[in-house]
Amino acid sequence: MSGTEFLALAANISLGILTLAFLLTVLRIVLGPTLPDRVLGLDMLVSVGIGYIAVVAISTGQFLYLDIAISLGLVGFLATVAFARFVLQRGKNNQVDGKIDGETTP
Amino acid sequence: MIMNILQYIAGIVLIMGAIFSLLAAVGILRLPDLYTRMHAASKAGTMGAGLSLAAIAVISLDSAVILRASAGFVFLLLTAPVSAHLLARAAYLAGYLPSKITVINELDADNLND
Repeated sequence: MSGTEFLALAANISLGILTLAFLLTVLRIVLGPTLPDRVLGLDMLVSVGIGYIAVVAISTGQFLYLDIAISLGLVGFLATVAFARFVLQRGKNNQVDGKIDGETTP
Repeated sequence: MIMNILQYIAGIVLIMGAIFSLLAAVGILRLPDLYTRMHAASKAGTMGAGLSLAAIAVISLDSAVILRASAGFVFLLLTAPVSAHLLARAAYLAGYLPSKITVINELDADNLND
C-alpha cells in the first residue's frame, strides 16, 4: 500500500471515528441534565469540529483550512468564556434546569 | 521515499487524534457529574484536536503551514485549561454541586473565601 492510499484510508477512518464522537457528544447535550453540562458539550463539539476541518484539509490538500480551524478554536474559547459568565451571573435556577444528579428539589 | 514515510506518520497521527476525540466523547457521556466530565473533555478533547493539527504539520512540508499548525496547537493547549477552569468555577459558585460519590471537596462552603 502506498503512502497516498494509506493517507486516504486513514482520513476515511478518522471521519468515521469523529462522527461517532460527534454523535455521543450531541447525545450528552440532549440529555443535559444541567446548563453547564450542555456548555461543556458545545465546547467538545468545537474541538471535534477542528478535527473534522483538519481531516478535510489533509484529504483535499488545501492547507488554507488550517486558518479556519484556528479561528474556530478562538470562537469556541470565547463562547465558553461568555457562557461561563452567563452561568455565574444567572445562578442555579431549578425551574429551568430540572434536577441535579437525581436529587429532588424542594 | 521521505514523502511516503511522512504520509504514513500523518495517517497514524490523524487516527490517534480521532481516537482521542472519541475517548473524550465517551468520557462526557459516561462520567457522573459536570466536574468529572470536564476532566475528560478538556484533556482528551484538546489532545484530539491538537493531534489533528499536528498531522497537517507533518504532511505539509511548508514552513508557513508548520508554523501555523504549531501556533494553533499551542493556542489550544493554552486556552482549554482556562475555559475549563472558568466554567467549573462558575458552575460551582452558581451552586451546581458535585456528584454524591465525590470523596473530597476542597471548595467546601466554609473554605470558600471569595
